[in-house]
Amino acid sequence: MTPQSLDTTSAPGQSRSGAGALMQLASRWRVPLTILALCALPWLLPSKALAVNVLIYGTFAVGYNLLFGYTGLLSFGHAAFFGSGAYLTGMSIVHFGANWLLALTTGITGALLLALVMGTLSIRTRGIYFSMVTLALAQLVYYTALQASSWTGGENGLRGFTVSRIDVFGLQIDFLNPLHKYYVVLIFTALALWLVSRALNSSFGAVIEAIRENEVRARACGYNVERTKLISFVLSGAICGLAGGLSALHLAIVPLDTLHYQTSGLVVMMTLLGGMGSFFGPFIGALAFLVMEDLFSLWTAHWQLFVGAIFILFVLFLPKGIWGTILGAGER
Amino acid sequence: MQDNRTKLNAPTRRQVVGGIGLGTAATLLGMPLVARAQVEPIRIGFPTPLTGPFGAEARDQVKSAELAVKQFNDAGGLGGRKAELLVRDDKLNAGEAATRTLELIEKDKVHAVVGALSSAVQLAVNEVTRARGMIYISISQSDTINEVKDWSRFTFHEALNPHMTTAAVAKHTFKKGAKVAYLVADYAYGHEMLRGFKRAQAAVGAESVGEILHPFGAPDYSTFLPRINAMKPDILCICNFGRDQANSIKQAAEFGMKQQMKIVVPVILHNQRLAVGAEVFDGVVGGANYYWGLEETIPSAKAFNDAFRAANGGAVPTDYGAYGYTGVKSLLQAITAAGGTETDKVIAALEALKYDVAKGPQSYRKCDHQSIQSVLVLESKKKADMKNAVDLFRVAAVEQSGEAMLRTCAELGFSG
Amino acid sequence: MDVQLIAMQLLSGAVLGAVLVMTALGFTIIFGMLGVVNFAHGALFMIGAYAGVAVAMQTGSFWWALLVAPLAVGALGLLIERFLIRPLYNRPADDPILLTFGLGYVLVEVVRIVFGNDGIPFSTPAALVGVVNLGIGYFPIYRLFVIAVVALILALLWLGLEKTRFGLIVRAGARDPQIMRVLGVDMRRLWFLVFGVGIGLTALGGVLAAPMRNVNPEMGALVLAEAFVVTVIGGLGSIVGAVVAGILVGLVVSLTSLVAPEMATISMFALMALVLLIRPQGLFGRAGA
Repeated sequence: MTPQSLDTTSAPGQSRSGAGALMQLASRWRVPLTILALCALPWLLPSKALAVNVLIYGTFAVGYNLLFGYTGLLSFGHAAFFGSGAYLTGMSIVHFGANWLLALTTGITGALLLALVMGTLSIRTRGIYFSMVTLALAQLVYYTALQASSWTGGENGLRGFTVSRIDVFGLQIDFLNPLHKYYVVLIFTALALWLVSRALNSSFGAVIEAIRENEVRARACGYNVERTKLISFVLSGAICGLAGGLSALHLAIVPLDTLHYQTSGLVVMMTLLGGMGSFFGPFIGALAFLVMEDLFSLWTAHWQLFVGAIFILFVLFLPKGIWGTILGAGER
Repeated sequence: MQDNRTKLNAPTRRQVVGGIGLGTAATLLGMPLVARAQVEPIRIGFPTPLTGPFGAEARDQVKSAELAVKQFNDAGGLGGRKAELLVRDDKLNAGEAATRTLELIEKDKVHAVVGALSSAVQLAVNEVTRARGMIYISISQSDTINEVKDWSRFTFHEALNPHMTTAAVAKHTFKKGAKVAYLVADYAYGHEMLRGFKRAQAAVGAESVGEILHPFGAPDYSTFLPRINAMKPDILCICNFGRDQANSIKQAAEFGMKQQMKIVVPVILHNQRLAVGAEVFDGVVGGANYYWGLEETIPSAKAFNDAFRAANGGAVPTDYGAYGYTGVKSLLQAITAAGGTETDKVIAALEALKYDVAKGPQSYRKCDHQSIQSVLVLESKKKADMKNAVDLFRVAAVEQSGEAMLRTCAELGFSG
Repeated sequence: MDVQLIAMQLLSGAVLGAVLVMTALGFTIIFGMLGVVNFAHGALFMIGAYAGVAVAMQTGSFWWALLVAPLAVGALGLLIERFLIRPLYNRPADDPILLTFGLGYVLVEVVRIVFGNDGIPFSTPAALVGVVNLGIGYFPIYRLFVIAVVALILALLWLGLEKTRFGLIVRAGARDPQIMRVLGVDMRRLWFLVFGVGIGLTALGGVLAAPMRNVNPEMGALVLAEAFVVTVIGGLGSIVGAVVAGILVGLVVSLTSLVAPEMATISMFALMALVLLIRPQGLFGRAGA
């Protein structure tokens, strides 16, 4: 995987054209620009509920990409973080009557701790073994949630925590109103994007990319490879936990499927579709995937045929994804 | 808390706007149409799993529901106001179903939701609808939705529940002193079926020789079967559903268990029986909400079958398909009785409704909105006994389920 | 709990193990020789079962299905290798995983379009119907037949890999493709054939499973998970490992079924997690792969 110089943290190359300079400027203001664009999203998509899903899965994919695209670790177990974030958020409200913000914080913290455990166990392995270990551990989380049905609702899913009104600094917000809900979720998405962007622009960002490009050399340069990988894993897990918690608040249920390995597969697909070498790519991928699924499934019951075929075509011909390809074209 | 949200569903700005929009269009076309808010169609959201293992059942549900809507419209609708069915693919995924239901309510402005085909999915839809004061008629089996925790006054359950089906099946298969073994899928729906069977077993005076929980979605049952064989039961109750049921019956047959014991299931499905084959199902007894063969004895079944055949090239309706018809039909009858789509009035009308549209008399119980209806006990036929390709079952009994067959309101957590 | 039941439980565990070996074999071979993790494995297994149904319906014979379906699906495997996998050989190792993931979606949906969502009946061949008394209890004849077939396939594979020139090249190629290319061996042709054989074996697993498991478009989803578990425990790419792991998993599942049946599936994944944590390369895998 070659990094997209314009959009990643690596030093931008000499821009030879006006378009390049423009994109370089855009790259510096990437987070504010994204948020500005996202403010308009509810009016551009078929429905508000879909727009909230885009924010949630966009955050999920950006968090995932920190590990996959930037650190070079292909995890097949990120459903565990998304799911534990969702379950803990819901369970805090159902079982302890927690306030929504406290619940969400619990969800993020839980996902972070789970990532710490799973990361510690898995980063010792390399390549395909890493993918397998993450998959196996995530399956254990899935079956644990299925068995612990008095806590999680088991196969029926977790229910009974609809948040209809939230209090933000004394301001009462009707959370059942789809637009209000969208902008509340957007605040958290913006925070997550800002955090990831900051991390990537820091020296930490440079180190994880160095590890991705050549682990041996990074180690020789004196970097603590294991610790850096673990930090990346935990940060990624926490962001995915946030996405899961937001999903719980959005849908007011946590389906068991949230923890299924297909959820892990889904985030891989979204990331790849958008472009894993770039900061925005995964978000664009989530957007494209969800809109595609929404439109195709209204039109045919066989939408998976088209989604699968498009995915194959991307792997074969556009491995840089939608956003990566656009950036590549802009560079030329 | 939920009550004061009802107003969300009362005629509002959008209906007036919609009315004006239609009125303008009508004026432009020069048609003699009166611009009234009433012209707005009655919109019914219908989430169903078109993709996934129950795609065939889902398509049957859609066909049946569309038939109910067409009949309503052909009869003039509600004083000229037509009904419209908005079908959405919930992909048998609770999260997807919740999103689709949000869209139906927020964007498509439906007046009520009917549908779903799994315990988890209906509970997800119910969570979304009840928070927004939207009527939801569930047409999939579950005991949980009747209980006070998940229930709301907007929640109706048109489908049978495991408690009813198991009671009927046990009544016609268990004998006093018979030894019964249970193979149970380890999830809520499986446990509900087991609970129902065991209560019926105690009432009949049969004896349980053991129960084995199997993981939900297990592909291979060969490691559970020796233990069941060792229990030497007269009856094996397989409490699971869909693909799990198909695999477990197929493997029980493979292990020669059908010669040793009677296999009984809570729900026997038309499409599943077709997919697995006559040899494997031969002699298996199970419960059902509907079977086309009812037409020999029940006039409304005959009328439903004939209309369905006419609309679908001679095909017969199936069990879960029929729920689409009974569910939508009962809603439309209640809307007619209420004279509109105002939520409180429709709820009152549904509670008061007596309907017989496909399988004999039905009505919603006041406390939990469970539809009281008959349960069929069906026995799968031998291939040699089948008169045609869809002659799958012998109707062993039609159990008229009164209140006696349901759990009491107090047991469900309803006071008074 | 009597001895007879425990003996019966061990037997069904071992037989389940043989079934698991059969479901994982194609997956293991393709990974071992090509380094490709085939996420479409489950879908191709399912296609094998459907191909078996189609052939059996045409010819009226299970035996033809057992022979023709794997060959036909193996040929499909050759096409997949040629047009979808081959372009990815010089690309990052993750790309074939991602591609086969998408391919699995497509294949399942194609089967749904052609054969419907519901599944299709497939009976046990008449000659193998029934149970046989083994002294400890009755056991289906068909499952014993499956063991025999699995043993036969394994013997043939062993002979092919250990005793022929082709096998020698395949084994050498799996260890060091670079050297083989230097020696003038056309690795592409080799990979092409191995992929075809692997998919053919996957399809054979599907045909063999059809009389035991319900044939439907989703039957492969579970198989992919099972193949994963067996392959990872055995050590990615090791055929001996897959055999030992398959039987081990079968026994663990069976004994769990005896004491805590609801934990049968979770025990499989717990075993896999345990092996990965103690010995990440699997029981028979080479370290540092």
